[in-house]
Amino acid sequence: MRDLKFPRDRVAAHISALPRSGIRDFFDIVCTMDDVISLGIGEPDFVTPWRIREATIYALDKGHTNYTSNLGMLALRQACCRYVADHFGPSFNPETECIITVGVSEALDLVLRALLNPGDEVIYHEPCYVSYMPSIKMAHAVPVAVATTAEQGFRIQPEQIEAAVTPKTKVLLLNYPNNPTGGNLSWDDKVAIAAIAMKHDLVVVSDEIYVELTYAAPSPSIATVPGMEDRTVFLHGFSKAYAMTGYRIGYACGPRDVIEAMMKIHQYSMLCACGFAQEAALEAFTGAFSEMEIMREEYRQRRNVITKRLNEMGLTCRLPEGAFYVFPSIEKTGLSAYDFAMRLLAEKRVAVVPGTAFGPCGEGHARCSYATSLEEIETAMSRIDEFLKEL
Amino acid sequence: METNEMRHAIVKLLQSNARMSAREIADRLSMQEAEVTSLVTAMERDGTILGYCAMVNTDAMDDDETRAIIEVEVQPERDGGFDRVARTIGRFREVQAVYLVSGRYDLRLEITGQSLREIAFFVASKLAPIDGVKSTATHFLLKKYKEAGFMLDKEEEYARLKVSP
Repeated sequence: MRDLKFPRDRVAAHISALPRSGIRDFFDIVCTMDDVISLGIGEPDFVTPWRIREATIYALDKGHTNYTSNLGMLALRQACCRYVADHFGPSFNPETECIITVGVSEALDLVLRALLNPGDEVIYHEPCYVSYMPSIKMAHAVPVAVATTAEQGFRIQPEQIEAAVTPKTKVLLLNYPNNPTGGNLSWDDKVAIAAIAMKHDLVVVSDEIYVELTYAAPSPSIATVPGMEDRTVFLHGFSKAYAMTGYRIGYACGPRDVIEAMMKIHQYSMLCACGFAQEAALEAFTGAFSEMEIMREEYRQRRNVITKRLNEMGLTCRLPEGAFYVFPSIEKTGLSAYDFAMRLLAEKRVAVVPGTAFGPCGEGHARCSYATSLEEIETAMSRIDEFLKEL
Repeated sequence: METNEMRHAIVKLLQSNARMSAREIADRLSMQEAEVTSLVTAMERDGTILGYCAMVNTDAMDDDETRAIIEVEVQPERDGGFDRVARTIGRFREVQAVYLVSGRYDLRLEITGQSLREIAFFVASKLAPIDGVKSTATHFLLKKYKEAGFMLDKEEEYARLKVSP
């Protein structure tokens, strides 16, 4: 038998030290079961609008199967910058301040690697998307998590940031509307946070992948706060709003030096994002806005229903302001988030993600996605109700 | 939401699913169930909501219902334009829909009948002789692919991962 300890530990120490994603463990269990209603899915249940799929087929038909510019097709970058300026405020130069990436996940990895020296600190808020802490560590930097709470609407508080800043802090990573909590920042929050970023010379990386899925009028991006244009990297993509998860197209807009640095890494590691997927993304801008609005309206209505049902059962939660997740408190069950999720799955065949998958402060919560049909949501709610009564 | 906004939102939901319960509508729109019921009743009374019907894939049933689209050229009248002829046509039970349209012809009808013969007979004996009807062109429906927003061939569903971040 081979001894894997000999002659040496082959896996890099900082990778060995990364925990496996809590979602991954859960996924492995769910996959072995039948008749599961899953509220654990972080992607739209809509299929990509046909006009986008049709544009993909057309691109293939024309033989557009080559590399594109490292930064991505100029026409797409132009469309991205125009869209960002029109909808979220900040204005970027498509030639030098925008890069098309393989989903926002790659954009996040690029921006962290481009900005961080070993030992630099990154402040971010938990509960948060599962990749933030690992991505920071993979960039050899130090993650500094700040816990947000339901009472604060899961909005990171300026005082918390101020308290977490050290001379080594370089980046503040924000994700609003937020996965997994559905929380969002107001304009006043953004102004207050921006003041701290400017005071301590921080770069703000703003992951706004869910920004279209905002159910009240969204406030402009933090990049539009005066003084922030040169220190904000705006991350966005097509996956959530246009139901294009599998296309893997995201983009980053930011100061020229940062985009240039990101481009270097992207060029040597990824070369470019898939060309015909880029053409499909361009079509999303051209004619799919109304289809996105129809999907958003459906999410809004499901949100109303699921939030009401959960609160009626005593799993209290605020009405989510954005994204397609609700993050109820399960404290009244007396169970840990992990036990709650495991028992609900085993006893009632409903999958939710334990809040702790999104950071330790997610304890006492479960993430329920409403990117699933209302019929399934209603069945899941009935099963959860039974589960609570049998506890 | 203002009342008018509510009415629009309710109608939109009923158009997507006429059997949607008042409770579901209320929950989706964050309204009270009683409020939904009273608005729907009011819309039924004032003629905003004319009725509720099922979307049926007739190919999946054994009956031999035949349908046709008929283009009608009409001589408009000095008083009332196309209205008198359109209303006269619309009164026939066989006629499911009457639209005044722009283009080559004037009225577009949708007709159902038991057979090709029945529809042909209707056109010859009832429709064509109406005073003001100049000509008709009958197109029998051969196959339906999409109706009222529904594709008749269900697309195969592609399974998503059961849990994802």
